[in-house]
Amino acid sequence: MSLKLEELTVGQEIGTRSIEVTRQDLVKYAGASGDFNPIHWNESFATGVELPGVIAHGMFTMGSAVQLVSDWAGDPAAVVDYQTRFTKPVLVADTTGSSEPGAVIEVAGVVGALDAEAGTARIDLTVTFAGQKVLMKSQAVVKLA
Amino acid sequence: MTINPDLQGRSYPAAEVYDVGREKIREFARAVKATHPAHFDVEAAKALGHSDLVAPPTFAIIVAQRADAQLIEDPDSGIDFSRVVHADQRFTHHRPIIAGDQLRAELHVDGVRAMGGGAMITTRSEITTVDGERVSTTTSSILVRGEGQ
Repeated sequence: MSLKLEELTVGQEIGTRSIEVTRQDLVKYAGASGDFNPIHWNESFATGVELPGVIAHGMFTMGSAVQLVSDWAGDPAAVVDYQTRFTKPVLVADTTGSSEPGAVIEVAGVVGALDAEAGTARIDLTVTFAGQKVLMKSQAVVKLA
Repeated sequence: MTINPDLQGRSYPAAEVYDVGREKIREFARAVKATHPAHFDVEAAKALGHSDLVAPPTFAIIVAQRADAQLIEDPDSGIDFSRVVHADQRFTHHRPIIAGDQLRAELHVDGVRAMGGGAMITTRSEITTVDGERVSTTTSSILVRGEGQ
């Protein structure tokens, strides 16, 4: 791995990423993960339980946001710890049949802390949808040594 | 129906074995829009020192949510799945999950806290290989919404 702990500084940006999401992506995630809760793919079910519409799985958002860290680290296995709180839903519009995304999630990462003894860097992710944070305390710990 | 407060401290022993397959790693990686070659190309994974394809950092949710299902489906728990909201999630990897792993998860109910008419339930899955090697610890809190929440 080319990253070196001593060359990193707290507050340093690691990059940004835009994630386009469609209803089909949610069906794919449901199948891949085994989470078939209909609030993630059925409009009438979602509105029937007082949601504004179909929402992304929190774990889809968490799982896709961390790719920024995996790619920065150069090895996905370097992510030794990853946590988040789910605070707001990502509402995914039905754009089936068009090439438009149903939602766009924005991800930005900065170095939040360095631990020389453990040889780790903590990356703090800011994950937003429609201008609002959808994840809080979203932190990935990367092993560098 | 109310949440059974006696759930706290309860454990559910490891049930079925989860076999981690290459195609499942590739499928899950595509589903979370991961593009790192270590998820798709065995040679790329080997070049990084891994014996086979590397699972994405949140892959363990598949194993953990199967373990959680034991609690949610336990008629004694009082949990209505249609009222469950995922509140937080953490993965601590003792080592990466690699294609070919045979995993088991032991579920522990670490906390049950009444919130309004509902409850916040914190669970922990200790994921190991069938030989007992520690792989991942996952913790999850779910909010079971009460009436009108």
